[in-house]
Amino acid sequence: MKFTLSWLRDHLETECSLTEICDALTMIGLEVDGVEDRAKGLEGFVVGHVLEAERHPDADKLQLCTVDVGGGETFRVVCGAPNARAGLKGVFAREGQYVPGIDFTLKKAKIRGVESCGMLLSEREMGLSDEHAGIVELPDNAAIGAKAVDIMGLGDPIIEIAITPNRGDCLGVRGVARDLASAGFGTLKPLDTAPVEGGFASPKTVHLGFDADAGDACPYFVGRMIKGVKNGPSPKWMQDRLTAIGLRPISALVDITNYVTYDLCRPLHVFDADKVTGDVHVRLAKEGETLLALDGKEYELDAGMTVIADEAKAEALAGVMGGEESGCTESTTTVFLETAYFDPVRTATTGRKLNLQSDARYRFERGVDPAFLMDATEIATKLIQNLCGGEASEVVVAGAEPDWRRTIAFRPDRVRTLAGVEVTKEKCVEILETLGFQVTDRGETLDTVAPSWRYDIVGEACLVEEVIRLLGYDKVPAVPFTRPANLPEPALTPEIRRRSLARRALAGRGLVEAVTYSFLPAAQAELFGGGGEELKLVNPISSDLDVMRPSLLPNLIAAAGRNADRGFKDAALFEVGPQFAGDAPEDQAMVAGGIRSGRTGHRNWAEAPRAVDVFDAKADALAVLAALGGPVDKLQVTAEAPDYYHPGRSGSLRLGPKNLLATFGEIHPRVLDAMGVAGPVTAFEVFVDHLPQPKKGKKGAARPHLTLSAFQPVERDFAFVVDAGIAADAVIRAARNADKGLISEVRVFDQFEGGKLAEEGKKSLAINVVLQPVEATLTDSDIEAVADKVVKGVEKATGGSLRG
Amino acid sequence: MQNLDEIREGALAQVEGAAGLDALEAARVALLGKKGSISGLMKTLGGMSPEERKEAGQAFNRLKTEVADAIDARKGALAEAALEARLMEERVDVTLPTRPDEPGFVHPVSQTMDEVIAILGEMGFLVAEGPNIEDDWHNFTALNIPPEHPARQEHDTLYLPGEHDGERKVLRTHTSPVQIRTMQKHPEPPIRIIAPGRTYRCDYDATHSPMFHQVEGLVVDKDSHFGHLKGCLIEFCRAFFDVDDLPVRFRPSYFPFTEPSAEVDIGCTREGGQFRIGHGDDWLEVLGCGMVNPRVLENCGIDPTEYQGFAFGLGVERLAMLKYGIPDLRTFYESDLRWLRHYGFSALDVPNMVGGIV
Repeated sequence: MKFTLSWLRDHLETECSLTEICDALTMIGLEVDGVEDRAKGLEGFVVGHVLEAERHPDADKLQLCTVDVGGGETFRVVCGAPNARAGLKGVFAREGQYVPGIDFTLKKAKIRGVESCGMLLSEREMGLSDEHAGIVELPDNAAIGAKAVDIMGLGDPIIEIAITPNRGDCLGVRGVARDLASAGFGTLKPLDTAPVEGGFASPKTVHLGFDADAGDACPYFVGRMIKGVKNGPSPKWMQDRLTAIGLRPISALVDITNYVTYDLCRPLHVFDADKVTGDVHVRLAKEGETLLALDGKEYELDAGMTVIADEAKAEALAGVMGGEESGCTESTTTVFLETAYFDPVRTATTGRKLNLQSDARYRFERGVDPAFLMDATEIATKLIQNLCGGEASEVVVAGAEPDWRRTIAFRPDRVRTLAGVEVTKEKCVEILETLGFQVTDRGETLDTVAPSWRYDIVGEACLVEEVIRLLGYDKVPAVPFTRPANLPEPALTPEIRRRSLARRALAGRGLVEAVTYSFLPAAQAELFGGGGEELKLVNPISSDLDVMRPSLLPNLIAAAGRNADRGFKDAALFEVGPQFAGDAPEDQAMVAGGIRSGRTGHRNWAEAPRAVDVFDAKADALAVLAALGGPVDKLQVTAEAPDYYHPGRSGSLRLGPKNLLATFGEIHPRVLDAMGVAGPVTAFEVFVDHLPQPKKGKKGAARPHLTLSAFQPVERDFAFVVDAGIAADAVIRAARNADKGLISEVRVFDQFEGGKLAEEGKKSLAINVVLQPVEATLTDSDIEAVADKVVKGVEKATGGSLRG
Repeated sequence: MQNLDEIREGALAQVEGAAGLDALEAARVALLGKKGSISGLMKTLGGMSPEERKEAGQAFNRLKTEVADAIDARKGALAEAALEARLMEERVDVTLPTRPDEPGFVHPVSQTMDEVIAILGEMGFLVAEGPNIEDDWHNFTALNIPPEHPARQEHDTLYLPGEHDGERKVLRTHTSPVQIRTMQKHPEPPIRIIAPGRTYRCDYDATHSPMFHQVEGLVVDKDSHFGHLKGCLIEFCRAFFDVDDLPVRFRPSYFPFTEPSAEVDIGCTREGGQFRIGHGDDWLEVLGCGMVNPRVLENCGIDPTEYQGFAFGLGVERLAMLKYGIPDLRTFYESDLRWLRHYGFSALDVPNMVGGIV
């Protein structure tokens, strides 16, 4: 909502400065978004009078103008504007002055051999608009040498305030002035609402044609015919104000409706009465009825929308926009003025369905003053007569003022208990009455009726707000917000704590956390098993962000690709966040996922980097699970993984056959190809919520008892030849199970698949077995016995044999 | 005993002259070995008279000990020199860079959320969560935003095709629906929760992202009032920005789910073209808040004549941008490694009030 300072002062008698007014507006809840001082930087330009204008001797399109700038000074200016002529009053900039529109400080210059001192400016050169067809023409009565900004009406600062949806009453300058006056920043000037005597009965009457259940659509309509008007441009003061707030002046009749909308928050409409057939009918639209609106577009209406129609067809969309056919033009001589009350919800619905925004809709859907129809009609009538002449009919009224009075009981003590500040009952009454409330004292409570323009006051809490709003929020003392117990409870849920641990564990491993969108392109979602209809956004921000992500990986892979395109090929990125299998709350899973691309590090003098591989991803997944306290040594590793992974270089970590904790592997080359990302890329996904929460047992946080052996461990190496298809894990398990009491660890230290073994479909696996004696140092025969068990165990479990 | 002195000097010179451990060993064998010269002297004792033998024996033994000590000393010195030489040999160029070991980083959104949680957790708030895909009722209606309410139009909602109990599925436009879910789950106050999480709007330009993060706060009990709200948020702002006397201003605003409602500004200055948070001539909006609208309590089955409370919501990216001087919102989600490393945080830097939020 924009207005100028002088416009505000039309309604508000105040001693306050611009700064004080702006501070006050912000502190009563009408937040100032900005103040535009259009005169800034233009103050030095003066009214110059062109005394003579003659053709430049060497240029057809240039003129030599002698400009009187007052104080006995004249300058000769070379000017290319087609409208430069003797007698014109223009805006003169002298040598040394900065001209903002061309970003140039004027110097004495020779133009085609003739010296030019100063410049006559166009609007574009002043930085006011793109208008550059000619230089600015000031009114003939402008005083020579006066400040041009004053003459041009630019000395009036424009204030822009943000209006919250509850304050529809402040969508007019008068409402803003009224609120400032209530808060003690001036006095509201009275409005001249004296009725205009009707000279004749309106030949058109108004009919409200609604069924009982739609009567709220338009309960009240005030109309009037004015004949013999002459529509032309509106006066300069009105044009200046409309221009200042960003509206384009059109014609007096149209400008008046816009002006009253912004001045009094009272949208009006004027029909060209000669184009309205018979009486005015306010009714619901017929299904499929069409209307060519003032924006030049044709709208198809439905039976939920309200229209103002004549005997033949819809002529305006109630509360939203007038119709093109019955609109006023330069040739209009008889008008029918409409001042009506339209239902906020119906107006909002209509506007939303038609995707049609307008100043009228904006106000009606926030609620216009239902008791300000008759006065507004009189004010508008006077404006029309003053600007366009004409004779007014008697007022035509249909329906009646809707009952807007709601009595709300208010306990003044609620200001203390809800807002935390002591305010006496008398002060409450005073504040509410200043705001226009009717207050009746009932002892403990006050019966209050909000003024007709305060659509937003619906309960006691609203009244508490009004009291402290005008009192000032700064008057409410801040009270320490103490916690209920001496020590705070842990704030994090176990699930959030886990995600935090996963995040910090991964960052600790050298991965960099990214936060990517929860949506992605449908094609990528499909590569990762998603893209279902229920997860496609109805109104995506773009086609690249149209489906909820089925996995964290595609966004991370795409990010690695973007980084590679910038020359950063080795990326290690992770994210902790949601993925979506469906649109129900339980379909959202929290995942810690990450990728590594390129090589393990940059080239360096000490060691050769290698390409990232599946075991990097597996290590990342295991590290997350370990950080979360997962039973890493009890996990089953299988070679199954979703099909966006490399089928031979990926796997899953499970706790029991059904509980999938993580997947890991190299990303399928076809997927990388489809995403245009160079490989290799490895990835992991840890489903952090799948890990069972530790049961709170009797032991609490106590660890199991630790027995430390006094005897040195012994190591023995074995190499087995097994079928190539045998999993290393099977060999490890068999070896470990050979003597659980003695064997503390089994490590694979070599794998060989080449040569003759490969031809036989075999491979060699070498393991290092650590024996930890518990009761006594192992003798050679003890060790032999265990070794024998290991060999037999592995051979039995895998069908392999000890390598000879 | 002229002879013996010469022998000693010769022997000691031989020991001292040994250039390496091998030469020294050769000297030892030559002097003290079975066939060594000093061992040879010992053998001459047999041919002496008892007096001579006693005297010469002592002298020979002194000589033997002296030479043996000299050999040990020489051995030590040689070993020392050999070690010195080896160490010199092993010298490397320590200005060479270390093996690659890229550190990881925590995203500023996560860090900022952790900071917010650390401060508010200290005030007794517990963290609560809700789904990103919400329905109309939880996201709007229950929060006193009926379908045609202008506030709903201002939310630029992203919709999904599905419905739940006749309510449209939406991407939550704020974390406020977690208020509703929490109150429905715990209709018996006191409630004191914060809800951090992702939020979504159908809006994308220099200052808007289709996805961003909020932390919602909710207090419901019998006596928390606007003064407590002010106390809570003033303390929060001062702790978060680490400015003890940070000016904090509350001014009237509007949210359908709170009444009275306020927006909160903190003091700042742009003096000398340098933006700084703290005392200054300007204000910066940081969050919205208010007393829970009685209708919201009612919608969740909590008796508004018995209970009241306050709620607030803050934008995580905005706080991060202000505190850490991050200029552009859109860069948060671009995953540019250079940006993430520059604005990211160490894994070990876990915010908590004991260590201080800096």
